[in-house]
Amino acid sequence: MAQNIIDVRNLSKSFDISSKEPGLKGTIKHFFRRQTKSLKVIKDISFEIKAGEIVGFLGANGAGKTTILKMLCGLIYPSEGSILVSGYLPFRRKENFLKNITLIMGQKQQLIWDLPPIESFYLNASIYDLNNVEAKRRIKKLSEMLEIDEELFIPVRKLSLGQRMKSELLAALIHEPNILFLDEPTLGLDINAQRNLRKFLQKYNKETNATICLTSHYMKDITSLCKRVICVHEGAISYDGELDSLLKKLSPVKEILIVCRSEEDAIKLENSGFTVKNKIKNEITLKIKNNSITSSLKTILNNFDIEDLFINEPPIDEVIGKVLIKKDYDI
Amino acid sequence: MISNLINRKIFTLLKVQYSNMLEYRVEIALWAISGIIPFFMLNIWTNNNLNESINISDILLSRYFLCAFFVRQFSVVWVVFSFEEDSLMGKVSPYLIQPLNPFFRYFAQHLAEQITRFPFALIIAFFFFIFNPESIWIPNLFILILSIVSTFLSFLIQFLMQSIVACLCFWTEKASSIERLLFIPTLFLSGLLAPVVSFPVYVKSWIYLTPFPYLIDFPANLLSGNETNISAGLTMQILWILLLFPLFKKIWSKGTKKYTAMGS
Repeated sequence: MAQNIIDVRNLSKSFDISSKEPGLKGTIKHFFRRQTKSLKVIKDISFEIKAGEIVGFLGANGAGKTTILKMLCGLIYPSEGSILVSGYLPFRRKENFLKNITLIMGQKQQLIWDLPPIESFYLNASIYDLNNVEAKRRIKKLSEMLEIDEELFIPVRKLSLGQRMKSELLAALIHEPNILFLDEPTLGLDINAQRNLRKFLQKYNKETNATICLTSHYMKDITSLCKRVICVHEGAISYDGELDSLLKKLSPVKEILIVCRSEEDAIKLENSGFTVKNKIKNEITLKIKNNSITSSLKTILNNFDIEDLFINEPPIDEVIGKVLIKKDYDI
Repeated sequence: MISNLINRKIFTLLKVQYSNMLEYRVEIALWAISGIIPFFMLNIWTNNNLNESINISDILLSRYFLCAFFVRQFSVVWVVFSFEEDSLMGKVSPYLIQPLNPFFRYFAQHLAEQITRFPFALIIAFFFFIFNPESIWIPNLFILILSIVSTFLSFLIQFLMQSIVACLCFWTEKASSIERLLFIPTLFLSGLLAPVVSFPVYVKSWIYLTPFPYLIDFPANLLSGNETNISAGLTMQILWILLLFPLFKKIWSKGTKKYTAMGS
């Protein structure tokens, strides 16, 4: 059984925020007497992550997902509680810890803007104590996985966002970290680039058994990469468990679109006791509980003249959207 | 072994930053030209015969200001502005989680910029000698080496002073405004506008206790062949570095605990 690689206990983080009233009066008041208040953005959270897991952090803007990632990678200091990542206290930023992790933030770059990415790769390789032969081998391997080639030799400022993101990934992974913290890595990328990035992360996880902690507002990132999700609501964990269980809990019904042979059949079906979402001419949409799908379909097919039938899952964005505004899901 | 690794990191950083600086060669040439304040000051001093009051000949004075120009070219520091921008834009975050203090990057940037500046500074010196042929001199090798060392120490002092101010970004977003407080004494007490020897005796004794005269006045006097206490000057430079370095480490360690990673 895989060991816990991340162990978080009763973690909290507060920031001092200054506030200002609007208008000239507020500005003058703010100049002479600045009012600050302590805002608790992470509230007493605990969780563990096993080696090799891919965990998605879900939450609305400002919920605290990114703050959690920043604390996990040692970028910011926790106010209370404890964090152990790979046996290290992240904030101490010990060299061996730093060589084990990476943080990738969508739209934030570490590549040198005016130089080709290859220069930044060799720079990172030397920072992580890789010799030239090893650096070359890793650049070759990762560039093949990421499907980048000529882009390595073009100044970063001339690359497209997708090419830049791939190069950022390569720069961030050249030291082959065991733990990846990804903060909205697909932000701003087109659909194909998003898909390629997800494919790459899956492959990287499979080949290296790396642990991946991911935040994203694109549900496709979460559904295709993460078995487990941690939902964060106003700094507290509202759900921690399998994504499938969450979806089942949140959407206990499926929508079934039935195309009847005639409008009369549709009217008959509308009055037969099923929950109807809507009806347009001979097309009728029913809402049927997940646990009675088979029996309900059997009844419908036996008793009505059906031309076609579609079973639809409710849109995942809609379902997950419910999580972002609710405080607690006890599954 | 450890020093080898550090050297390799620094060497690669330097190499990459030099390539980067070459992308900005025009800007760097303009920066080099913009550093000709000492030549204006030389003009003011000689036109008003001010050098007579401090018993320095025209030739020695012109050599002093040329050397002040050179020392300034190779000790100019802007780390506070780079760090402030990177800090506000969230660019410091990826550097902070790498096993190398981000200030090494800025340090390499400065060194690379100095290397890029070198030919432009030489061209300016060439034109200076065309207009002032009587000022041409060849310093002896020992003095030249000591002057290079002293200029590098001056750069280190300024880099550390500004890095300490830059670390205040962890508490206030606009650390560069605090740096302005350093700018005034640097301008007046470093020897950029006037050799420190021209100050009244009681003021001088105080000035020599600060780091400022060791930034330009001491290395410029050393290189130009003016009378100066070499061992005292170098000792003071080293003492200031020994004082500033632990202070920087302390403030860096405290500051990173305050870091909120804004902008990222």
